[in-house]
Amino acid sequence: MRAALRHARYVLSDNPVTLAAFVLFSGFVVLAVAGPWLAPYDPLATDTARAMQAPSLAHWFGTDALGRDILSRIVVATRLDFGIAVSAVALSFALGIALGLAAGFFGGWWDRVILRLADTIMAFPLFVLAMGIVAALGNSVANIVYATAIINLPFYIRVARAEAGVLRNAGFVEAARLSGNGDWRILSHHVFPNILPPAMVQVSLNMGWAILNAAGLSFIGLGVRPPTPEWGIMVAEGATYIISGEWWVAFFPGAVLMLAVFCFNLLGDGLRDIIDPRRRT
Amino acid sequence: MIRIVALRLVGALPNLAGVVVVTFLLTRALPGDPAAFFAGAAASAEAVEQIREKLGLNRNLVEQFGLYLRDLARGDFGQSLSTGQPVLTELVSRLPASLELTFCALVFATVVALPLGVAAARRPGSWIDHLCRLVTTAGVSLPTFFTGLLLAYVFYFLLGVAPSPLGRLDPVFTPPPPVTRMYLIDSLLAGEGTVFRACLAQIALPAVTMGLFVLAPLARMTRASMLGVLSSDFIRTARAAGLASPTVLYTYAFRNALLPVVTTLGMVFSFLLGSNVLVEKVFAWPGIGSYAIESLTASDYAPIQGFVLAMGVLYVLLNLAIDLLYGLIDPRVRLEA
Amino acid sequence: MNDAPPLLSVEGFGLEFRTRSGTVHALDGVDLAVRKGETVGLVGESGSGKSVLSFALLGISDRAARVTGGRAAFGGLELTRASEADLEAVRGREIAMIFQNPRTALNPIRRVGAQIEDVLRRHTTARAAELRERAIAALREVNIPDPERRHAAYPFELSGGMCQRVMIALALACRPALLIADEPTTGLDVTTQAAIMDLIAARARATGMATLFITHDLALAAEHCDRIVVMHAGHVVEAAPTAALFAGPRHPYTAQLIRATPAAESTIDALAAIPGNLPDLRRADLPACRFRARCARASARCDAPLPRLAPPPAHAVACWHPLDEARCA
Repeated sequence: MRAALRHARYVLSDNPVTLAAFVLFSGFVVLAVAGPWLAPYDPLATDTARAMQAPSLAHWFGTDALGRDILSRIVVATRLDFGIAVSAVALSFALGIALGLAAGFFGGWWDRVILRLADTIMAFPLFVLAMGIVAALGNSVANIVYATAIINLPFYIRVARAEAGVLRNAGFVEAARLSGNGDWRILSHHVFPNILPPAMVQVSLNMGWAILNAAGLSFIGLGVRPPTPEWGIMVAEGATYIISGEWWVAFFPGAVLMLAVFCFNLLGDGLRDIIDPRRRT
Repeated sequence: MIRIVALRLVGALPNLAGVVVVTFLLTRALPGDPAAFFAGAAASAEAVEQIREKLGLNRNLVEQFGLYLRDLARGDFGQSLSTGQPVLTELVSRLPASLELTFCALVFATVVALPLGVAAARRPGSWIDHLCRLVTTAGVSLPTFFTGLLLAYVFYFLLGVAPSPLGRLDPVFTPPPPVTRMYLIDSLLAGEGTVFRACLAQIALPAVTMGLFVLAPLARMTRASMLGVLSSDFIRTARAAGLASPTVLYTYAFRNALLPVVTTLGMVFSFLLGSNVLVEKVFAWPGIGSYAIESLTASDYAPIQGFVLAMGVLYVLLNLAIDLLYGLIDPRVRLEA
Repeated sequence: MNDAPPLLSVEGFGLEFRTRSGTVHALDGVDLAVRKGETVGLVGESGSGKSVLSFALLGISDRAARVTGGRAAFGGLELTRASEADLEAVRGREIAMIFQNPRTALNPIRRVGAQIEDVLRRHTTARAAELRERAIAALREVNIPDPERRHAAYPFELSGGMCQRVMIALALACRPALLIADEPTTGLDVTTQAAIMDLIAARARATGMATLFITHDLALAAEHCDRIVVMHAGHVVEAAPTAALFAGPRHPYTAQLIRATPAAESTIDALAAIPGNLPDLRRADLPACRFRARCARASARCDAPLPRLAPPPAHAVACWHPLDEARCA
């Protein structure tokens, strides 16, 4: 453990970009937790007298068509966007690892059925499948979470299945079995801890994509509904104004969204370097 | 060769079946009343009942699936409530616009990503390598709908070099006579140079928007596989045999490096088709993506199901094409079949 | 032997690698000469710099490599100062090279005939129509059965031995004056090894080609080489005609190397491993004699720069305390 921390410190000091991404990430976490208290204005308060104001000292990011303060809406939206992404990734992590473990460890029919499930999900362009799922399940935030979780499932199944397939025949697992441990105990105590590192890398690489996906869905009008502040929907609201020159309505939420995804992707790369230096590209 | 195509086709069947089953399940096996779904929010009780009858919702799931397959085989994807048109007709008439856009985006991404990846691999640690790394990390972080808007703002509003970012062709032009229904090709076939240029100007921004998004995986993979190939034994042999640098680089290294790149094309198409929906909305591009979004807004579900099915089938077919392409490049795969 | 200037002559050649973990002093003051038609064995443990030297001579070193001194002349061409274009013209035409692991040393997705044609197209004036015939002829010369059909084969369709024959055909297609064979039999089974070595020797005799044979296998070198050059940690420590070297090795390292080589009559007990390892070549304070830490004969005198090697064909040794020629047998 101490060696791992030292390695992490070494990688971070060697890699200022990952460090910067980590600082940025901490900033986002603060916004997600304390957003409503930090926002300078009420994100829902409309004021037509101050509609469509360009960025100024009073409104750093300007105001939208209803006179709402864009900065406040962006800050408050952090919790929702992160919430969707975190719950979706947590769901697909839990379910995907369980399925992948079963497939890799038990093999046979388990493997065939679960692999077919993963292949079937992958047979769709993933965003399109997510659209279809939300449209069918009903237009709600919870369903965005489920849809995002489902389309991420195959990645976790594959990671866990590949590792479990190798570990099944590893010496220490064989030793555990010979000393009388049941399947369940072997899976939870011996195989699962070994799957964790590659799965964590997958998680961090997935987070950015989950945010992007959720924002994309709400951009086309699925899930989050106005007037709830959410980055994707805010970009959609500003889209009509951008070609007449009122750029700030869509620009700031889009830029923050991009920054968040960028931050996650950098962190993901950094984490991969820490956990699995061999795959560094 | 025919044998290989047939083998791959058979290999693609389970995925095709999976796509059909999932689309069926999305409509029927979910909580809620599918008949009410398809009838739309404002439908009367009789209308709902009629639809229930038509979809066979009072029968068991297996029978329903049989009916669904029968309808699909007849080309009956249901009817759009908002336009009153059969879904299949609309999908077919709008598909060329989407394909044209997707293809242009792919061409743009390839033309930028492959040379960038190769250049980065040739000089690891140089400025072009850092540029490549920046592009690959930033590229996958781009929300396509946002980059699309940004590009429209800069090139249409600020610089005024791009045409109004709405639709496939400026209304002052008449669309070329339909042959393939892809304007770029049709205008060339008709020999209408001005229309071709107008179409090109119109498609540039949406295609670049989509292309920027998929540039990242392509460039990243090109760089990684080119790096691997350049340090391989057979490149050393080629250099020791005194082959000229361009021969070593392209005939020997690049063709080998392409193999993993072709494999990533599957993921690239997944990204492309997905972002298609968003980009079509931003640029009011009349393809199947904006058809799906219009239907979503109108709570018109038959077109959405048809859209998901069409995209799924299209994606399976594209993956099949990628498989075949791989076989063309790699003799080891071709001869094993 | 004749008195004409050697075909390849390397003098005081030095090379280092700039790596993240420090500068590796891979070669230092290397002298080597190969005369026309002669087969010279370059022998040493892995990591002694044999392959590094051969890559450097061809100008196909790793990007991190830098020549630090000395000269290498081939015919009239100064290899260390030649332009990339001049080097490209010499490689494959005048100096050819074959490698170990023939299966991975050929382009996996190009027909072997096409790979030979690439070399012919580059270095000869053969017309497109003749290329195929000449490639098939090259395959026939290395005793590949049914060369017309093999011309269209991919490397993965051929056995390892067959791939090495293709490699040799490719290397010899332009009738080079010098062949550098870098462990050409590693990874092949024993009978194939012998066949490949005989083939190289036969082709060399037939065309009057000189061969620089790189190997860690002293016995194999003894069997096939006119002269042997022994390398240790980037230094040439001894160079002598094969018979003289085996009759009386003068460098302590060579003596141990010979003792470590299993001969037909030797028993397991006689197999002496060489104590110690190669020194870390990243050290800035490398001793003058890089064998010093492993050597039983070392003394304070060994701190002085090594004596220069006598030019061939003399029995040359870079050591202050060489074994007596007569005493050691």
